[in-house]
Amino acid sequence: MASYSTNEFRGGLKIMLDGDPYNIIENEFVKPGKGQAFNRVKIRNLKTGRVIDKTFKSNETVEAADVVDTSMQYLYTDGEFWYFMDPDSFEQVSAGETAVADAVKWLKEQDTCLVTLWDGVPLSVTPSNFVELRVTNTDPGVRGDTATGATKPAQVESGAEVKVPLFVEEGDVLKIDTRTGEYVSRVKE
Amino acid sequence: MLQDIRAFFDARDVLEVETPLMASHGASDPNMANLKVRVETGDRYLQTSPEYAMKRLLAAGSGDIYQMTRAFRSDEAGSRHNPEFSILEWYRVGMDHHALMREVEALFQQILADRLHGPADECSYQLIFQKHLDIDPLSSSTTELEAKADTLGLMPAGGLDRDGILDLLMSFAIVPKLPKGRLTFIHAWPRSQASLARLLSDQPGCAARFEVYYGDLELANGFWELSDVKEQALRFATDNEKRELMGLPPVAGDPDLLEALQSGLPDCAGVAVGLDRLLMALQGAEQISEVINFPWDRS
Repeated sequence: MASYSTNEFRGGLKIMLDGDPYNIIENEFVKPGKGQAFNRVKIRNLKTGRVIDKTFKSNETVEAADVVDTSMQYLYTDGEFWYFMDPDSFEQVSAGETAVADAVKWLKEQDTCLVTLWDGVPLSVTPSNFVELRVTNTDPGVRGDTATGATKPAQVESGAEVKVPLFVEEGDVLKIDTRTGEYVSRVKE
Repeated sequence: MLQDIRAFFDARDVLEVETPLMASHGASDPNMANLKVRVETGDRYLQTSPEYAMKRLLAAGSGDIYQMTRAFRSDEAGSRHNPEFSILEWYRVGMDHHALMREVEALFQQILADRLHGPADECSYQLIFQKHLDIDPLSSSTTELEAKADTLGLMPAGGLDRDGILDLLMSFAIVPKLPKGRLTFIHAWPRSQASLARLLSDQPGCAARFEVYYGDLELANGFWELSDVKEQALRFATDNEKRELMGLPPVAGDPDLLEALQSGLPDCAGVAVGLDRLLMALQGAEQISEVINFPWDRS
């Protein structure tokens, strides 16, 4: 089993603690001139997202978590699981509802996502920062009105609802920032 | 800063000295990791501080001495630690730790000047624990101290011995609360953390050791020096017992230091200052890498 010594601790390192995988956010080496050395770390539980502070005795070793971020293609969902494929090995994995979580509303078949795997099982799914999705439902467009900044709701093919300018029509393809959920632009086809 | 320090000691007739960086013996302190250098005749130790050699000079009749040199501590790298660092160490014959604290304060006031907002605070180890944590570090049981650390969410997995818990509480629950922009002197440390300080006959359970902080930044550690050769030999032995418990390699007590104490170390007090830390305080730096030209990861 791979393990890390506290002196290898740094931001981004994935470790196991009480059976859960954690990501190190911050690591601080603390030692009185004469006295015990400690590492105080801020870590995020990769299953729950909760951030906690934890103290380690320096030079202790901690089990490494087999957590890797992989670019994968989204294939389809059967309603219970969402299926992703590694474009190089063609290996497929299935992610449950907790792993897919908020990413679900941006998922379009064939799109590439970042899938975080823990021991080969999806822990979380992150969509691309920008996705292009077709509008499936919105009120009729108002031509010419590009200046007022007024918005209306529009539903896109992945199921998400986005605030869009009034001129957007059904069938338009939109570029959307998934981090904020905001409309960026119309995409010319 | 270095010129100011030299002027400070010139004015007090303290002699600048040099001692070896590579010595035949290292520090026995279990919390200090010596770096070893292999030479043809065997291993040499890069000094974690010039303490042993300077005491040999004192025993040989040097009188008041100071030194600015490099020191090396393996495994100590972080925002306030560099494994290779600069140290100022000085010894004053005839002074006790209280007199030396006043001198440290005078030096720091001169160096830090505008960086200091208000006079220095002084507090005993016992009182500072009572003030910030409402617990007596000397009379409380180890279980009580552990419960306190646990309540604060500080206890690491695998547990700690009594001194480890005291260090934990000091480092995470007391030092961060010390007043910013001011010097704090903490003195009369528990005898289990005496290091090379003599024990205080008027305060049972305490040693004549002090630490100096600028805000929450540790700057210096000093002692009214232990001069009893039997007690020193005992401390070497205790250090090595702890080393064995911690699974660390033994470090033989330095026979030259014991010989020096045997021949007679004058009554004196000594202190070591982290010069990089002092420069951090002077420049308002948050990271030690800001005050070192080529810090550890780029050296």
